[in-house]
Amino acid sequence: MRFSISPEMATQEVQPNETLSNLKAESDTLKTKLEDERAKLHDVELHQVAEKVDGLGQFIMKTRRTLKGHGNKVLCMDWCKDKRRIVSSSQDGKVIVWDAFTTNKEHAVTMPCTWVMACAYAPSGCAVACGGLDNKCSVYPLSLDKNENLAAKKKSVAMHTNYLSACSFTNSDMQILTSSGDGTCALWDVESGQLLQSFHGHAADVLCLDLAPSETGNTFISGGCDKKANVWDMRSGQCIQSFETHESDINSVRYYPSGDAFASGSDDATCRLYDLRADREVAIYSKESIIFGASSVDFSLSGRLLFGGYNDYTINVWDVLKGTRVSILFGHENRVSALRVSPDGTAFCSGSWDHTLRVWA
Amino acid sequence: MTISTLTRGGAQREQQHCLRKMERVIIAMQDPDIGLKMRNQRLLITVIPHAMTGNDIMEWLIQKYNITDEEAGHLGGLLVQYGYIYPLKEPRSLILRSDDSPYRFQTPYFWTSSRWPASELDYAIYLAKKNIRKQGELVDYEKQNYNLLHKRINHTWDFVVMQAREQIRASKQRRKADRIVLECQEQAYWLVNKPCPGAFDVFDLGPERCNVLNSRVILNRRALVRNRVKSSICLESFMKFCDQYHQHDPIMSGCLPSNPWISDDTTHWTINTDLVGTPTRLRVERWSFSFMELLNDCLGRREFMTYLEKEFSGENLCFWEACEDLRHGESSKIILKVEEVYKTFLSPGAARWVNIDSKTMERTLEGIKQPHRFVMDDAQMHIYFLMKKDSYPRYLKSDLYKNMLSKAIVPQETKKSVFPFMRRQRHSSPSPAMVSQATEDNGKAKGAGPAATNSGTLS
Repeated sequence: MRFSISPEMATQEVQPNETLSNLKAESDTLKTKLEDERAKLHDVELHQVAEKVDGLGQFIMKTRRTLKGHGNKVLCMDWCKDKRRIVSSSQDGKVIVWDAFTTNKEHAVTMPCTWVMACAYAPSGCAVACGGLDNKCSVYPLSLDKNENLAAKKKSVAMHTNYLSACSFTNSDMQILTSSGDGTCALWDVESGQLLQSFHGHAADVLCLDLAPSETGNTFISGGCDKKANVWDMRSGQCIQSFETHESDINSVRYYPSGDAFASGSDDATCRLYDLRADREVAIYSKESIIFGASSVDFSLSGRLLFGGYNDYTINVWDVLKGTRVSILFGHENRVSALRVSPDGTAFCSGSWDHTLRVWA
Repeated sequence: MTISTLTRGGAQREQQHCLRKMERVIIAMQDPDIGLKMRNQRLLITVIPHAMTGNDIMEWLIQKYNITDEEAGHLGGLLVQYGYIYPLKEPRSLILRSDDSPYRFQTPYFWTSSRWPASELDYAIYLAKKNIRKQGELVDYEKQNYNLLHKRINHTWDFVVMQAREQIRASKQRRKADRIVLECQEQAYWLVNKPCPGAFDVFDLGPERCNVLNSRVILNRRALVRNRVKSSICLESFMKFCDQYHQHDPIMSGCLPSNPWISDDTTHWTINTDLVGTPTRLRVERWSFSFMELLNDCLGRREFMTYLEKEFSGENLCFWEACEDLRHGESSKIILKVEEVYKTFLSPGAARWVNIDSKTMERTLEGIKQPHRFVMDDAQMHIYFLMKKDSYPRYLKSDLYKNMLSKAIVPQETKKSVFPFMRRQRHSSPSPAMVSQATEDNGKAKGAGPAATNSGTLS
């Protein structure tokens, strides 16, 4: 029997007399119907379509820079738009701004908390944001006066009720998007510290987020301990799409460069690709020999390669289209906790619990 | 017993942490060492094993939690109301009497947390059993429920009656004491799960919270009517994208003259600074990939503006930029910016009036009365698509663009150094923070491209 829902019914709110048991039954039915609908349009697999594409030749990437200076586990890093500067944060509360090209440290701030799990560079290059166990996200304007204490100009922007897991500036220095262990994401006005929008829908800690590169620039994705990856409308606060195929916590989400898809890395030792228009998972990047979780993922500029930093100290490089592993990079001596490709795609940087960051090209 | 196990049971019940806590108390109460001393209780002429008095329960609670009589009475009462302990005398009265009234622990099989929601079929069987055993044993509300069920699940009524008869027959073969215990347990379960109307209802949970189940249902309903695109089309677009950008991906194809990270030569960055005099060919080509590529590149945007101005439609781009500034700017400047945008672009006779369709204009003007960050979204989108569909394709065909393309430079690939061990000096660059402090003009300072200088050599 064909199950049909009219558009009106789809937008109906749940009626107050709907009992919990009815809801549960409906939820399950809907889930099955949804899987069916999604499957109907799935007429081909990615690796099949990719058969006609040339395979990748021998792949050589080496560590070109090693940034030493953190006294403890590096937890997060972000690139500056100038393609060479980096901000990184670590377990001991230190946030360092480097010119990764020369490996010089340019600024250093000591946060009042340990485990600074999130840091981000402002689009202008004039400030950095960071936070962690203090449940806040603070913005530090970068002063060039070597004598000036950066901490003095610190501005507290976001306040959550649990640890800050990720933060990112939007298109300008004026707004910050945060995700937290309290299960929510939030959008803040930097100048006033005002909460502009909050995003509820995850059933557990939210661990990561990424902003869409799309032309309307209004959505972002988040991944959490509830194994779900959600797509959000920044304006309305609504969750517009949700994907739940991972078997464990999602540690990292990153948009494909065109904005039509995104990749995720999870504790279940797989990375997956989700297409937003097909509304389904379209690829799984995994190998039996990879047992430890992927902590951080990012695409190369063309989207052909997916770099994944793993908890077994390695970096696996995947052919996004063919689904095969192109290369495995060794070098770090502990977990890889952060990984980002540079803004112009010339290199990528990995941060690790071995206290160092490495730039690979 | 045929009470069906609802294995998925109560995602909602998960939320009732109090049930978990109650169970912990109950388990402690039954602990052989620290728990209650149970004994046989005489009920009329039958001896019921493992029972305790209301008084015992009170004493234990007082002792264990170091609380007053009153509090113990209250807590004990709750345990009875939620079905974890049931009275043997006056079973319909779910209260804790602090005298020698006999009580028993409910078997975990019938715990509120494990048997929820109660199945209609099971309830029907239970009522049918009662009806068959003793006509008239059903009280009013039970009779009503029975009749309702008879109507609702009429198609399985034969099954219901058959099950009821079977269960009665099976129970007759048990020892009397066991039979009574089982009947009490079952009765207690139903008293909690299908209470008399007006009595305390443990399922009265207040207004529906935005619980996970609720929002998931709404999400899934919406998802069902979403327009989806066939996989073959979506995946094909990945092929195209990867192919189109292949040459532009330094990790895949290398970059000219060389990758700075490998060669230590920053020429690649120098020739690609934001507002460089002559851009590279790859860069200008990229402007033709999508409208967004053109707009995201400062140089591209400037060129496009020049083109639009020639066509007397420069105000479109200015309007778009002003809207972006509004959307991404400080909250405190919103009202001011909205006013400015209105004055410059929307008001009748405005200096740089933009041509928006009347419906959108009406909506926008209405919205301006209560300005907010997104008030220009509709208008902005309209102008964006106008430029994208009309001006942009013409720009790509224009002489302006073609000249840019032909002038664009294609750097020579740097030959590999003859002495590979000789490392170049790595030059530092001015920090974007300094460069922007030096610039006078306002607005978002885009990441300023660093010019490689000879200041300082660092390795």
